[in-house]
Amino acid sequence: MPEARVIPLRSDGGRPRNRPRPAPRRASRPGVGPLTERTAAARGLTGPDGAVESPEVTVPAPGGELATLPAPEGPNELEERVAEVGEFLQRRVTGRYSVDDFGFDRDLTEHVVLPLLRPLYERWFRVETIGTENVPLHGGALLVANHSGTVPLDALMTTVAVHDDLAVPRYLRMLAADLVFGLPGVGATARKAGHTLACNADAEALLGAGELVGVWPEGFKGIGKDFADRYKLQRFGRGGFVSAALRSGVPIIPCSIVGAEETYPKIADIGPLARLLGVPYFPITPTWPLLGPLGLVPLPSKWYIEFGEPIPTDSYEPGAADDPMLVFNLTDQVRENIQQTLYRLLAGRRNAFLG
Amino acid sequence: MSEAPSVVLVTGVSRFLGGHLAARLASDPSIERVLGVDTTPPSREMRRRMGRAEFVRVDIRNPLIGKVISTAKVDTVVHASLSGNPGQSGGRSMMMEMNVIGTMQLLAACQRSDTVRRLVVKSTSAVYGASSRDPATFTEQTEPKAIPPGGYAKDAVEIEGYVRSFSRRRPDVPVTTLRFVNLIGPRIDTSFVRYFSLPVVPVVLGYDARVQLLHEEDAVAVLERAAAHDLPGVYNVGGAGVLMLSQAIRRAGRLPLPIPQPAVPLVGRFTRRARLVDFSPEQMRLLNFGRVVDTTKLRGEFGFTPRWTTVQAFDDFVAGRGLRPVIDPARLGRLQDTAQAVARALPSGA
Repeated sequence: MPEARVIPLRSDGGRPRNRPRPAPRRASRPGVGPLTERTAAARGLTGPDGAVESPEVTVPAPGGELATLPAPEGPNELEERVAEVGEFLQRRVTGRYSVDDFGFDRDLTEHVVLPLLRPLYERWFRVETIGTENVPLHGGALLVANHSGTVPLDALMTTVAVHDDLAVPRYLRMLAADLVFGLPGVGATARKAGHTLACNADAEALLGAGELVGVWPEGFKGIGKDFADRYKLQRFGRGGFVSAALRSGVPIIPCSIVGAEETYPKIADIGPLARLLGVPYFPITPTWPLLGPLGLVPLPSKWYIEFGEPIPTDSYEPGAADDPMLVFNLTDQVRENIQQTLYRLLAGRRNAFLG
Repeated sequence: MSEAPSVVLVTGVSRFLGGHLAARLASDPSIERVLGVDTTPPSREMRRRMGRAEFVRVDIRNPLIGKVISTAKVDTVVHASLSGNPGQSGGRSMMMEMNVIGTMQLLAACQRSDTVRRLVVKSTSAVYGASSRDPATFTEQTEPKAIPPGGYAKDAVEIEGYVRSFSRRRPDVPVTTLRFVNLIGPRIDTSFVRYFSLPVVPVVLGYDARVQLLHEEDAVAVLERAAAHDLPGVYNVGGAGVLMLSQAIRRAGRLPLPIPQPAVPLVGRFTRRARLVDFSPEQMRLLNFGRVVDTTKLRGEFGFTPRWTTVQAFDDFVAGRGLRPVIDPARLGRLQDTAQAVARALPSGA
């Protein structure tokens, strides 16, 4: 890490190295079993949209797949799981579940989206979270993070982090670019997973409702930057997220993600092709498109997600959101905080893949 | 200021909303006269329901409407005839004529009249359009990202423009504009109702819209309240909560038929020709992105809370129409019992 050496280190000089991984929260939750089984069940039974393929598959699939896995606590456990999956499928087929005004489908997120992301989170990237106590367990808060890695895996992993590694599971409601919602499949899934368009109206509505909102203010400039520019924060939008937080009076939680830059190292960009496809960039990585579909597999970097100390915004007088200078200053403060944390985490990291 | 109406004129009485509103107003003894106008007479059942309300067969595109208003000394006009159902209105261009030209004539007559002191206009939330760049919920102030390109939504945008210029010219007349979401219920007939009544419901592949609905009874009640009180302004009118389009189809027990985006206009043409559903292109966009409106102003300033939520309204529609689910929930329950029995029989730790 050449850039890490030249940066003055703050405080303890890096993350705690032998910090124990937070105990898997699932074990303490009743009625929810080991991850692999849940994932297998979710994969085997539901389509990408959570749409149930056919109720007939319910009988052989859980039995067949679950039987090959070690059942830790006897047949009762297995039966419970079958009951859970069966109830989920019945809810889906008959439409007996609820979505909020933004289209957030909690049932689907809990039973399909998160279980699909969890193997990536736990096994592939071995995400380690630091400072989870800084995320409020209740009420509105704005989580601001750095964006990187060509494909927004960092955003997806953060949703798993705030659900699985907090004392109380929370759902991260992300603000995404309009491009996302125009894409078939992706847009509908993003809505169901609780995400919405990055605009002040939606941000304030969610914050006002006491939700944990996630923003990646660098946007495409951050996620699509070259590998050579890794961990260098780009411009933080126009500070719209700060004014939304100020108006709602919710704290801003800086979130620094290390590891995402190495998942898809973008070494070049084919501009004309990107324009043709109507996307912001067309990345070339060491494996994509050289190895074809294999190039879509992210490199197994070791990840750290650090939640910084909340920056309160409720001490400002009303109307502060309309003071551009204050908004710029706060934006810079958040950006600087994340940049420093990134450098500190990088300095403590020996290898991008082993941690 | 808020005087009770004594002579009310309702347009579009041969259709559900206008007819039922006229019936409700007629049952209110404090209202002296209720006049219902339309180009076609209401059905026998509707006429019976309307009781003492009088039916005047007049085309609102005809200046004769001004005479009706002046001779009857109408003080409250409820313009409820805006229609998004071309099948009922004699084709698309006819629908546009009735919607836009009819409103212009009616407003012209109201502007001339010295008895009219309240105007209520039924509009639609379609004026907000539907796109991927819109916020999740529309408030009355939200500017649409793209002006709806044509059809019903464009008619509504133009009508609202005429209504705004009317209230500029007659500031003494309070104007209530009600932007309704899609109506649903056991008795009303709209394109949307027909769409959900198809056994196999075409949807756009890869998209799932958020759908907000309003029960037919709530729609009538909102119009009735607007007719009886001075509540100037623009209000979004919709039930609480949303349903996903896929979810609504499942709740109705229908089967979705995903159609790739490029083939959607083709299917739209087919369903129109086959006289199943007539969706205009901008209504098709609703199936892509959906539309949800913020009803805070309706609940607060207007003082009306819909009795049915979106889900309840939809369930009432499903129950009222007697839609039979394609997949029987009881069969699913039995399947699950079997699966659990299999799980119980399996050896542990195999």
